[in-house]
Amino acid sequence: MRSVLDERITLKYGAGGEAMRTLIRQVFLDGMAPAPTNGDIGLAAMDDGAALRVGDRWLVVTTDSHVIHPIFFPGGDIGRLAVSGTVNDLAMMGATDVLALTCAVIIEEGFPRGDLVRIQQSIRDTCAEAGASIVAGDTKVMGRGELDGIVLNTTGIALSDHVVPDSGLCAEDVLIVTGTLGDHGMAVMARRHGLALDADLRSDVAPINRLVRAALDAAPGAVVAMKDPTRGGLASALHEMAEKSGVGILLDELALPITAPVRAASELLGIDPLQVANEGKAVLGVRPEAAEAVLAALRAHPLGRDAAIVGRCVAERVGTVVLDTGFGRRLVTEAEGEPLPRIC
Amino acid sequence: MTDAGVTELKFRDPVRARALEEALARAVEAVGRAPVSVMHVCGSHEQAIARFGLRAALPRGLNVIMGPGCPVCITDVPEVDEGVALARQGVRIATYGDMVKVPGTGMSLADAQAEGGRIDVVYSVAQAVELARQSDEPLVFFATGFETTAVATAAAVLQDPPPNFFVLSAHKYIPPVMEIVAEMPDTRVEGFLAAGHAATITGWGVFEPFVARHRLPVVVAGFEPLDILAGLLKLIELVRDGRATVENMFPRCVTKAGNLRAQEQLWRVFRPIGGKWRGIAHVPNGNLRLRDEWAYLDARKRFDIDLRRLWDHAPPALVDACICGDIMAGIKAPTDCALFGRECVPHAPVGACMVSSEGTCKIWHQYGGHPELGGYGAVCAR
Repeated sequence: MRSVLDERITLKYGAGGEAMRTLIRQVFLDGMAPAPTNGDIGLAAMDDGAALRVGDRWLVVTTDSHVIHPIFFPGGDIGRLAVSGTVNDLAMMGATDVLALTCAVIIEEGFPRGDLVRIQQSIRDTCAEAGASIVAGDTKVMGRGELDGIVLNTTGIALSDHVVPDSGLCAEDVLIVTGTLGDHGMAVMARRHGLALDADLRSDVAPINRLVRAALDAAPGAVVAMKDPTRGGLASALHEMAEKSGVGILLDELALPITAPVRAASELLGIDPLQVANEGKAVLGVRPEAAEAVLAALRAHPLGRDAAIVGRCVAERVGTVVLDTGFGRRLVTEAEGEPLPRIC
Repeated sequence: MTDAGVTELKFRDPVRARALEEALARAVEAVGRAPVSVMHVCGSHEQAIARFGLRAALPRGLNVIMGPGCPVCITDVPEVDEGVALARQGVRIATYGDMVKVPGTGMSLADAQAEGGRIDVVYSVAQAVELARQSDEPLVFFATGFETTAVATAAAVLQDPPPNFFVLSAHKYIPPVMEIVAEMPDTRVEGFLAAGHAATITGWGVFEPFVARHRLPVVVAGFEPLDILAGLLKLIELVRDGRATVENMFPRCVTKAGNLRAQEQLWRVFRPIGGKWRGIAHVPNGNLRLRDEWAYLDARKRFDIDLRRLWDHAPPALVDACICGDIMAGIKAPTDCALFGRECVPHAPVGACMVSSEGTCKIWHQYGGHPELGGYGAVCAR
């Protein structure tokens, strides 16, 4: 409707919101293979990855390029991010046992060797955490100024008995987040803008495939939709899930797990933590009767201690996300591009 | 962080909020005519009202209008043009994030940046001074906002900034514009909610002459949900009782005299002059400009700002249909605008009210300025 693509691609098209989905729909899906009719999940589904039938199992494939400034940030670095991002995208399809990863690296001329070694060590450690290994790679070097430092691309494959899409929500389903919100984006933003509030802010970047497995095993078949709220935050993830599933979403603000430092930083900067990126969290849509069992399984895992039920799906206002603040109600909208600190 | 916790308990208590909402409903009913319209003049108040979804909980007979309280929105087109022209002339500009996308005659600072202009987003004037210190090249701080940010700019000017630091002042002063709104022939406003943070500087006494002249009550209020509800309740009680006085409902921060040292600094650095506020009117004494003593760091005096080069761009045709001015004057609501949510959206704004996170249109678009969000689907996540 109002989503018209500009002549030039600006940064907002990479921010994970409506603008990016428009770009993908209007440019990248054009003339590509139509949605498969055999039940496979392909490009057209615009899910976290693809799922292809192989015998009686599913082969899940996903790929992700990683650029971040600064490369090293409180709580992680680009290497940890690259492994976690791809492992988590696989997990969001229900594929928690990673078969293999590939890693392609593009390096800017002049990049310090020491930093490269640190990044490689981080990749190795994160792979060990996720139970994953890198089986193929590629290395390129480009001239100074032709890219900003380093770019990593990781592709992941996994086999799974069941696939969880991001479109399976029904009215009455319960929404669970696996932990605190906004940690990654706020830590990076504070560091990037030199805001001197980053003492207590740490990125949550982590592979959560084992956490997700615990939730799936707690109530087989009851987790009907999953998404990792990365760029665009929980707001974008829920909008996409609500739109694809044909439901409305009611969130309870007082139930949202947000740490005091993230809350303080977002109040100070005028940025809604719901629109801030997470790199070690998932939002799960769960059948109401299984919600407590899934919640308990999540909380029993070290990465899921702060898991919480944060809302419900409703039949009203399809495609919208409404926040009950405890005082009244308001819409939750998606961020337009990168959030900018406001004036006062 | 313990302080924040305590504050939240005290001023973000939904149970107390409900009690205040009920008292407010009774007071509105007791006024005996509907709707009762009051105005606040602060983007932070609108942010809080929208952010906490208060409009969905206010009595239907109460109309809380946002006046010209968004500093980004009322920054006039020629002022934006000056910043854009400087950026296109190759001068490095530092400003608040909200200002970057505000359209000027034909271009915004973001457009100038896309052409190669250097724009730094800063969170405070101190950060801009720091940027200037890190190099020898000229840096112009495009200074916008009301007395709250003007005081910070004044303090920076008085603290001996480096010689390559310059100020392009588009600062505004709130009290005079309340007179303009009160005197508008179509005004429905029966009282004002004044901004607590600005009043910490000016003091609540600054509103006494206004109240005496216009026989309209003024209540100074803070920004937590309970502050706003308590402020509105006091204001409606004054309307109900026909009492035109100034009441201070933010006594934990605001005194009658205000912050005398800040006032002294403000008026030592700036002088008030008349000038146009975007979409509103010419406001006598509404603009703050640097006094001659500070001419050496006044960007208007130190740079040859070439505005003519900008005028090749014709203004977009849609601008004629924009009703930002009427919205900021409290005469119309965003939903009265034919462009709202259609041709005018945050990623393609027509008027300044859709640009700033303190603009009425952006806030309504983002949070839904409607009461209809209540009344369906129980939330029982806890």
